[in-house]
Amino acid sequence: MSDTTRSTGKKTAGAFDVRTIIGSLLGLYGVILLLTGLLGDPETDKTGGINANLWAGLVLLLVSVGFLVWWKLRPIVMADTDDHSEIGAPPGH
Amino acid sequence: MVYGGSGPTPQWGRSLCSEVLFEVSAQLTVMAQTLIDANWVDYGILILYFGFVLGIGLLARRHISDSVDFFLSGRSLPAWVTGLAFISANLGAVEIMGMSASGAEFGLPTVHYFWVGAIPAMLFLGVVMMPFYYGSKVRSVPEFMLRRFGPGAHLVNSISFALAQLLIAGVNLYLLGTIVQALLGWSLWVALLVAAAIVLSYITLGGLSAAIYNEVLQFFVIVAALLPLTLIGLHRVGGWGGLTDRITEAADSGAGPPAEQQLNSWPGQALSGFDSPILSVIGIVFGLGFVLSFGYWTTNFVEVQRAMASDSMSAARRTPIIGAFPKMFIPFITIIPGMIAAVLVAEIADLKAGGTPSGVATGSAVTYNDALLYLMRDLLPNGLLGLAITGLLAAFMAGMAANISAFNTVFSYDLWQDYVVKDRDDGYYLRVGRLATVLATAVAIGTATFAASFSNIMSYLQTLFGFFNAPLFATFILGMFWKRMTPTAGWMGLVAGTASAVLVAFLSEDAFGSLSLGVVPIAGQGAAFLAASTAFVVDILLSIVVSLVTRPKPAEELRGLVYSETPREMRTDPDEASAPWFRRTVPLAGLALAMVIVLNALF
Repeated sequence: MSDTTRSTGKKTAGAFDVRTIIGSLLGLYGVILLLTGLLGDPETDKTGGINANLWAGLVLLLVSVGFLVWWKLRPIVMADTDDHSEIGAPPGH
Repeated sequence: MVYGGSGPTPQWGRSLCSEVLFEVSAQLTVMAQTLIDANWVDYGILILYFGFVLGIGLLARRHISDSVDFFLSGRSLPAWVTGLAFISANLGAVEIMGMSASGAEFGLPTVHYFWVGAIPAMLFLGVVMMPFYYGSKVRSVPEFMLRRFGPGAHLVNSISFALAQLLIAGVNLYLLGTIVQALLGWSLWVALLVAAAIVLSYITLGGLSAAIYNEVLQFFVIVAALLPLTLIGLHRVGGWGGLTDRITEAADSGAGPPAEQQLNSWPGQALSGFDSPILSVIGIVFGLGFVLSFGYWTTNFVEVQRAMASDSMSAARRTPIIGAFPKMFIPFITIIPGMIAAVLVAEIADLKAGGTPSGVATGSAVTYNDALLYLMRDLLPNGLLGLAITGLLAAFMAGMAANISAFNTVFSYDLWQDYVVKDRDDGYYLRVGRLATVLATAVAIGTATFAASFSNIMSYLQTLFGFFNAPLFATFILGMFWKRMTPTAGWMGLVAGTASAVLVAFLSEDAFGSLSLGVVPIAGQGAAFLAASTAFVVDILLSIVVSLVTRPKPAEELRGLVYSETPREMRTDPDEASAPWFRRTVPLAGLALAMVIVLNALF
């Protein structure tokens, strides 16, 4: 069973890339925190004077961009040839 | 939680369970009062996470066409994904809150749960044991038992494992319910059903892939939640120097153990419960570092399953080793917040100074378990607060999902397929796996409600199941390296080892609470160390004696299962020799070991 799965390399459960999922969720969180930091009450009595939402939002956006760039640069690791042919997955893995 | 659920951890579950009883009765008289004020931004962050989790389940569903896809992710995942999932499956909220609790109470010695109690065993798993797990193409750890020792040891291992997973999933769910109740004010039932429904949906849809992808996602959400909390906390106390000054000041006026014990990881007397520094070091190194942690990390299928899902032998071996790198830094975002809470949060500082503050977190009396929740309340503005709540809930759900995805594999392959309905087509077992997931979730909800009324019974059951872990490592390691070891020795060693651990627990002062007799004057973590060590020694000795008088398996049946009968090509990955050093198992493990030694020397 597992041998056929591996040798064809076509139907792997990992074809949707976890890096895009992580990148987009952290990116959305980054935007939300950034806006909260800019528009909301920074509650500096809790944080000791830092606008924590703003900074955390910026860092999250940076990490998010990192994941998306990684995914763009190295898209192939475990390709499903049906889904990813447009981004240059080598046929037959 | 002892060590059955999430590795060797402080005993958190027990004290929490009994307190929640008070909380529930208190809530009948007082209107529900929440610890924090969550606003719509916080809720938005939480709902967004739930959306992503379910989306992963739906996406993963498209890629499942047989049982290997469902139970083992088609053996297709790269090492960094399985490596992060490996530590995430263990990084449940019970562990996060338990570690910060221990950090608040004892300080730095808590790092031993990571640097001594996890990393060496994880490296050993990758370097020494994984070649047999992955190379023999077994689909679960109990299946390795079946191939090596036959049905006796297999049944003992798979039944105790499956039952323990159900129990732990239930306890996890129950604790999640109580914390959601404390933080957001939802009723226990609503929290329980919502969490169970989400976990059920994504595992039934996406199987192990969905569980693993969610674990990786959860890892980043937890770091995003805990890192700002730690940094803001350090900023508030004036950096590391400020923190040590304030802990010293508090300790000098009688709060907690002496300051030098709180601020140095060794010899860690307060943690181990031994007065003598030498005994303390021996207890930590052998009890925690060897017997407890090797038993858990190297044989627990919840962990090993993550490595089995990887795409090559090399990736499987590197899974726990890659996991070791983030694992060694997790203490900095769990234990240090606990230490900060002990000087910054009024309630926790009061508790440490000997007071009995009351509150609304996980019980009407404040305990160290609440340290992280109170720190969140005191330090985080709305927004980051939502992220922190999301991180905790994510950790709870991922912990429960890990237990359930390991349960459905062992139930379908090791129990149903091997003993109940044999020789059906693959699609049949895939359906069994999905049904087992539904069943397991229903049982977990049942267990959770049971835990609400009978918390003591639950914590003793957890302690009991923990003892099944203790002798497993002995049987595995002897079986992997001694071809003479016989099937009879396999199951007898396991049963006798477990029984001896249970016996020691009964004779100790408090391992089974008031049921313990107190004949052996040892309590707390020391009792857990002693019970596990006894199980290990009894298992090894009995296995050797029984092996010498019973008939071993023929050597040709041990190919891939025992070191001396396994050709080198089966144990290693041919592609690895040409890979750069950072993609090879042994250099990577050496680097991790060196780093952890440096960390031990620094703190």
